[in-house]
Amino acid sequence: MIEIKNLVKHYGQVVAVDDISFKVKEGEILGFLGPNGSGKSTTMNIITGYLPSTSGTVTVGGYDITTHPEEVKKRIGYLPEQPPLYKDMTVTEYLSFVSDLKKAPKSKKKSELSDIMELVGLTDHRKRLIDNLSKGYRQRVGLAQALVGNPKVLILDEPTVGLDPKQIVEIRRVIKGLATDRTIILSTHILPEVSMICERVVIINKGKIVAEDTPDRLSAGLSKIAKLNLTVKGDKDKVLKTLGNIPNVRYVTMTAKAEDSIFKYVLETGSDRDIREEIFFKMAEIKAPILEIRPSAATLEDIFISVVSSDGIKHTEEE
Amino acid sequence: MSAVARKEIAGYFKSPIAYVLIGVYVLIMSIYFHPALKAGYGDFVEVLGDIGVFLIFIIPILTMRILAEDKKNGTEVLLLTSPTSLPRIVIGKFLATFTVFLVIVVISFIYPLIVVIFEGVITIQLVGAYIGFILLGAAFCAVGVFSSSLTENQIIAAIISLVIMFAMWIADQYAATVGGVLGGIMEWISVLSRYKVFTDGLLTLENIVFFLSFTALMLYMTVRVIERRRWVQG
Repeated sequence: MIEIKNLVKHYGQVVAVDDISFKVKEGEILGFLGPNGSGKSTTMNIITGYLPSTSGTVTVGGYDITTHPEEVKKRIGYLPEQPPLYKDMTVTEYLSFVSDLKKAPKSKKKSELSDIMELVGLTDHRKRLIDNLSKGYRQRVGLAQALVGNPKVLILDEPTVGLDPKQIVEIRRVIKGLATDRTIILSTHILPEVSMICERVVIINKGKIVAEDTPDRLSAGLSKIAKLNLTVKGDKDKVLKTLGNIPNVRYVTMTAKAEDSIFKYVLETGSDRDIREEIFFKMAEIKAPILEIRPSAATLEDIFISVVSSDGIKHTEEE
Repeated sequence: MSAVARKEIAGYFKSPIAYVLIGVYVLIMSIYFHPALKAGYGDFVEVLGDIGVFLIFIIPILTMRILAEDKKNGTEVLLLTSPTSLPRIVIGKFLATFTVFLVIVVISFIYPLIVVIFEGVITIQLVGAYIGFILLGAAFCAVGVFSSSLTENQIIAAIISLVIMFAMWIADQYAATVGGVLGGIMEWISVLSRYKVFTDGLLTLENIVFFLSFTALMLYMTVRVIERRRWVQG
């Protein structure tokens, strides 16, 4: 549905997007991750036709953004980082204007707009001035605006920013619901959000794609180094020594004291062999009961930081 | 009429801005019309000739926000990523400002009506003068829209358009002093001398073409400015 090929964007001397390519299949939700200033918003602005690219092509539904901008724009609903709202209009007036601007069919306008307002939870606020709405509701109006005209592609730049936890859950549910017959590219800073909503992740840093896979497989790739969280009752020096003597344990440390003679430990093993049983028997030998044992998989956060920082450190040195 | 034009017109009449500007201008027209009425000759052609200059102060305030505000509030993204083309958006914005100006024109019909009621005469020159006044308004609105595209600061936009209009208004007075090619250009671009031809009752094709093509040129340049900025901005 969306195909980005060798996209490059220069701002004068600064390279904001450096030769990135990826595809988004129809009906897919793609998470677009990256630290601030990594080129996320620039890429989204190019896909939607707001900014022209320096080189490279973007095609949406088979149409090229530079040769057939109107065909592409008709198919895309865009929620930019800052929702493009006219604060002197009411919600209904604004969405009605957007509908005309997008040349949506006039006959179905009323029912379409009330459906959208129902979907994003704006029905009770439809007669209010956008200026008087809270940030969370303005964000909803921004999302509603993107949905007007029933576009097959949605580009959402940080759609849950500024919402309270309850609203975040609601908006995520809305986005997931929209995905049934739409293609969505979503950028975010909130990493659990990506594992929750997205089927595939593209991580971009310094204008380059540094990782691209499903959230699960990205996690699996990093989890070769297995981490275990332990809570053990007993003398801590004895426990540390015993744990350290288990083969394959690379590293063990006490992290906190939970109660009298109960301590928490973190342990890293170098192999993918499960050593939990071994730990159990060793602890039984020294009569130190295990109260809790919990493997911690690498989170998307770990991946993000490992992928982004290896490059990031080098860059700060250059500066 | 386009969605953009309708939205902007509604915006003007929802806020006090249109009412204040129209009110001020009507007041000025009345002040100029009053002596004519008092003297008993009620010639509105001359009044139109005199009040043209006040558009230099009214129109920049009318047009200053029309594009600058979109840029500042980020709503430009909405306009530029919509399937409505940029020239249509700019024309829509222009038509909105021009419509507010036309409201002034329509209200001003009341003065010739007063003349008729008191059994004065309406001359054919008045039609010519009105055509000139409307063309002048269109050209100035286009200058204002263009200036508003240059910056996201409304005050600066207003000052730019005021300076352009003022320069165009007084250009011919200095044309002779400057002389040469530049003097020729100044004489050519002077809207005052061209406007005076209309209020003198002369309807010349050259002047009509000048105002219409000047308006079109300003709107074309507005489109170019916005397109160019898309290439350089960060």
